Amino acid sequence: MNTLVVSLRRDLLLAGRRRSEVLTALFFFVVVVSLFPIGIGPEPALLRRIGPGVLWVAALLATLLGLPRLFAADHADGTLEQMALSSQSFALQMVGKVAAHWLLCGLPLVVLAPVLGLQFGLEADQLGILMLSLLIGTPLLSLIGSIGAALTLGVRGGGVLLSLLVLPLFIPALVVGAGSVEAQSAGLGVQGHLSILGAMLVLAAFFAPWATTASLRIAME
Amino acid sequence: MSSRTPFSLFHFASPATFYPLATRMQPWFMALAVVLSVVGLYIGFLLAPTDAQQGEGYRIIFVHVPASWMAMFIYCVMAFWAAVGLAFNIKLASMMASALAPTGALFALLSLWTGALWGKPMWGAWWVWDARLTSTLILFFLYLGFMALQAAIDDPRRADKAGAIVAIVGVVNVPIIYFSVKWWNTLHQGASVSVTKSPSMAALMLWAMLIMALAFWMYSIAVALGRVRNIIVERERQNEWVRHAVA
Repeated sequence: MNTLVVSLRRDLLLAGRRRSEVLTALFFFVVVVSLFPIGIGPEPALLRRIGPGVLWVAALLATLLGLPRLFAADHADGTLEQMALSSQSFALQMVGKVAAHWLLCGLPLVVLAPVLGLQFGLEADQLGILMLSLLIGTPLLSLIGSIGAALTLGVRGGGVLLSLLVLPLFIPALVVGAGSVEAQSAGLGVQGHLSILGAMLVLAAFFAPWATTASLRIAME
Repeated sequence: MSSRTPFSLFHFASPATFYPLATRMQPWFMALAVVLSVVGLYIGFLLAPTDAQQGEGYRIIFVHVPASWMAMFIYCVMAFWAAVGLAFNIKLASMMASALAPTGALFALLSLWTGALWGKPMWGAWWVWDARLTSTLILFFLYLGFMALQAAIDDPRRADKAGAIVAIVGVVNVPIIYFSVKWWNTLHQGASVSVTKSPSMAALMLWAMLIMALAFWMYSIAVALGRVRNIIVERERQNEWVRHAVA
C-alpha cells in the first residue's frame, strides 16, 4: 500500500510543478461541452435532452487527452524501467500513477460537471446523479485508458492509435453512465445503472493493472 | 526431437513444418469454398421460395447472416491464437492471429453493408441504432484497432504481444459491449422494428444459409492460410528453408 501512496504522491508532485498540463484537459472539457449548444441550437428542451450524453462524451475525450502523457515522461528518462526492476510491486506503482491521473484529470471533471450541466438546463437531482455517475465512471475510464496508454507507448502515431484502441472500450461506461442520468429524468430507478457502473469499476480495478503492466513490460523489452 | 513417434500437433507449431502443410491445404479449402458457395447461392437465389412478407429482398440474408457469424467467431479464434502466442511464446500462433484479423474485419464490414442493403427496403432506413448493428460496428472498430496497433509497431514480436493484449482485452469486452448496447437500445426506445423477430424459415432457406455459412468457413480458412504463408515468408526470409520453399 505504501508503494502505491509513494507513486501517487510523486506523480501529484510532478503535476504540481507543471500545472498548465492539468488545466489544459479541464479547459478542453469546458470548450467541447460549450460547442454543442453552439452547433445544435439553443432550444432548452433539446439541450436538456442531450445534456447528460454530451457531458459524458466530453468526459471521455478529456480523459483521453491526458493518457499519452501517463507513461511517456517516465519512459523517456528511464524511470519506468527502474520501477519495473525494483523490488516493489510494479502493478501497485502503476495503480498509483493511474490514481494520480484520475485525481488530476477525472476528479476535476466531476466537480465541474454540475456547472456545465446547468448550462444545459439539467435539474438538481439530475446534476446529482450526473456527478455520482462520473465519480464512479471516471476512474473506470482512467483504468481502461491506462491499458491503451501502455500499449501505444513509444509507438508511431501513438496518440491517434490510442483513441482508436480505447474509445470502443469506453462505450459500456458511456452507455451506463449517461443512461443513469436519463433514467433519473424518466423517473426510473438509477440503482441498477450505478451498480453496474460500480461492478465494471471493480472488474477494471482488478484486471486493468495486470494488462497495463504486461503491456509496459512488452513495450520496454 | 522425436518427430518420428506418434503424430503430434506440436510438430506443426514451427513455421518451417507448417508452411508446406498450409501450402498443401490452402487449395483444397479454396475449392471447397467455391463449390459450397455456388451450391449455397444456387439454392438461396433460385430454389428457395420467395418470402411471404419480405419478397425477394430477404435473399440477402444468405450472405448477411453467415458474414455476421464469421465476424464474431473469427474475433474469438483470433483472440485464442493471440493468447496462445502470448502465453506459450509460439510465433506461429501469433502469426495466425494477425492473419485472421483482416478476414474478420472484412466480414464485419460485409455484415454491416449487407445489413444496410437489407434494411433500406425492409425498414425504410439504411441504418437503425439496433443493438446488433451497433455492436457489430464496435466489433469492426476493435478489429481496426488490433490491425492498426500491429501495423504501427515495427518489431514483429512486440507487435504480436501488444496485439495479443488488445485481442484479449477486446474479447473480455465483447459481451459487456453487447449487453450494454442492448440495454441502451431498450432504454432509448430505439427502432420500432426488431431484428430478432425471426420468421419461421422454410427448410430450403435454412439449408442455403447453412451451406453458405460453411462456404464462408472454408473461405476464411483458405484466406487465413494464404495470409499466414505470406507472413511466414516475410518474417522468416533470413532462413535457408524459406529460400528453398519459395524457389
